[in-house]
Amino acid sequence: MWLYLSKRLLLMIPMLLGITLVSFLVIHLAPGTPTELQTTMNPKASVEAQKRLRELYGLDQPLQVQYWDWLKRVSRLDFGRSFSPDRRPVWDKIRERIGVTLGLNLLSLLIILAVALPLGVLAAQRAHSWFDKGTTLLVFFGFAMPSFWLALLLMLFFGVYLDWLPISGLTSLGFSHLSFWEKFSDLGAHVTLPVLGSAFMGLAGVSRYMRGSMLEVIGQDYITTARAKGLPERVVIFKHALRNALLPVITILGFSLPGLIGGSVIFEAIFAIPGMGQLLWWAVMARDYPVIMGELVIVAFLTLLGNLLADLAYGLADPRIRMG
Amino acid sequence: MRISESWMRLWRNRLAISGLALVLGLCAAALLAHWLAPYDPDFIDLKQVLMPPSPAHLLGTDTLGRDVLSRIIFGARVSLLVGFVAVGIATLIGVLVGALAGYYGGALDQILMRLVDLMLCFPTIFLILAVIAVLGPNIWNIMAVIGLTSWMGVARLVRAEFLSLREREFVVAARALGASDARLIWRHLLPNALTPVMVSATLGVAGAILVESSLSFLGLGVQPPTPSWGNMLTMGKDNIEIAWWLSVFPGLAILVTVMSYNLLGEGIREAIDPRLRD
Repeated sequence: MWLYLSKRLLLMIPMLLGITLVSFLVIHLAPGTPTELQTTMNPKASVEAQKRLRELYGLDQPLQVQYWDWLKRVSRLDFGRSFSPDRRPVWDKIRERIGVTLGLNLLSLLIILAVALPLGVLAAQRAHSWFDKGTTLLVFFGFAMPSFWLALLLMLFFGVYLDWLPISGLTSLGFSHLSFWEKFSDLGAHVTLPVLGSAFMGLAGVSRYMRGSMLEVIGQDYITTARAKGLPERVVIFKHALRNALLPVITILGFSLPGLIGGSVIFEAIFAIPGMGQLLWWAVMARDYPVIMGELVIVAFLTLLGNLLADLAYGLADPRIRMG
Repeated sequence: MRISESWMRLWRNRLAISGLALVLGLCAAALLAHWLAPYDPDFIDLKQVLMPPSPAHLLGTDTLGRDVLSRIIFGARVSLLVGFVAVGIATLIGVLVGALAGYYGGALDQILMRLVDLMLCFPTIFLILAVIAVLGPNIWNIMAVIGLTSWMGVARLVRAEFLSLREREFVVAARALGASDARLIWRHLLPNALTPVMVSATLGVAGAILVESSLSFLGLGVQPPTPSWGNMLTMGKDNIEIAWWLSVFPGLAILVTVMSYNLLGEGIREAIDPRLRD
């Protein structure tokens, strides 16, 4: 287990370097430099100021020197200051939003697990039944549904037509004056639609995968043996089959993280939620390069971390690795 | 023989054929948009602003009085163009990378596959948005960026095919006869690896259409007044409390299009390899 874990950790180092390199190159290989763009948008900046900016970002240095300097600062979580008028440090901006994005994604991940796993198991158990066909249809819709359209439909139905739920922001006006339970329900009402939306988007893939994995395991000899020795079907499915079928699903969950976090941009933009996705959207609109680079590095790092956690869970769940 | 058998299987798959029919219908609609659309998609009629669906305007009108149905029909052009070009770029890169990695193996394979792993670490939409921030949002950049960020799946597919094909007798025989690397790759390996690529390209068109519409919706894709299903929905969101038809119909167009490509792609997959049908 320790060997397995340390191998995974060591693998992260080149990946981290790669992530920073890709983030760096995406911004710097473009025609023109960030400072040029910054000053063209602000014609009042003098030649003098332009020169100062160029020196500040070290843009007169060769590319590899720039990368190395930037990397040294990134390792201290110093992504520089935002180009926006407030000129705040990028890390401060990201830090105050990271919790919102992670929290919402965690909630939808929990919902995905709570719904998709039973759905997949039941569909596999009753393969080719009406229930199976129904979930297949649902999955097909899930794959073809544009996430932002789903968000719009949810808004239209629950927010406008039924008028049950708020459609914008994370809290109501005057939130700070509410009591604890009022705050709780206010927050809950605001996150319901975005979380349900992003959970639905992830549901399709995970339940489909669970079904496939379960079907494969049910076809194995040891399941036939378990049935032959007279174990109740419930025990066969949930004890013998499910445990083994879950293993590959853990890996898939790790792989589905980028998609889930990527969906944050859409859902946060639509529901006006102050998270990292909204920050990226704004930064791209305003061409705020330090923020964009910071976001890229942090999000890829979070994905790597998620994959590491999935590997860890896999190691704990698989006795061959846990004991070996 | 095998080809015609696959065709027969595809033909018998009712869902896949309806997908194919819809795909062909959409292509026809995009090509014949000028004749099919009841109105000029850019014709502004300020006396007919935000009209709900009616016999005159089957899907209603938008905030500038433009006919929604006509704009959806013209929007098909953007979606299909972006879908085809982006997938073309992705397939080209993916096949190239996968073929090199799978054929030569060794250090080259290691480097290329780590690059694939690396690209897969970034949520695609984050990477795309970052590049759009640098290059600026317009339809050509969108196609290029979607293509450049979605080749990894194809690369893995082609590599896996090449790895298993490389040691097969017909390849070893061709090599023994003195065929060059390029000839082996082009004439012997690639044709045998094309079927999974075809499936992933068909599904890829659906994916590219989804990404384009999300970007246009965020205001970072196809820019108005050019109609695209994504930017039409932006207007839907801004008027969600007063004009439901602006939020419903363009999205329906995306859903149906993406679904037909998915049905067709799955159908081709099953037709090629019936064992995949569970």
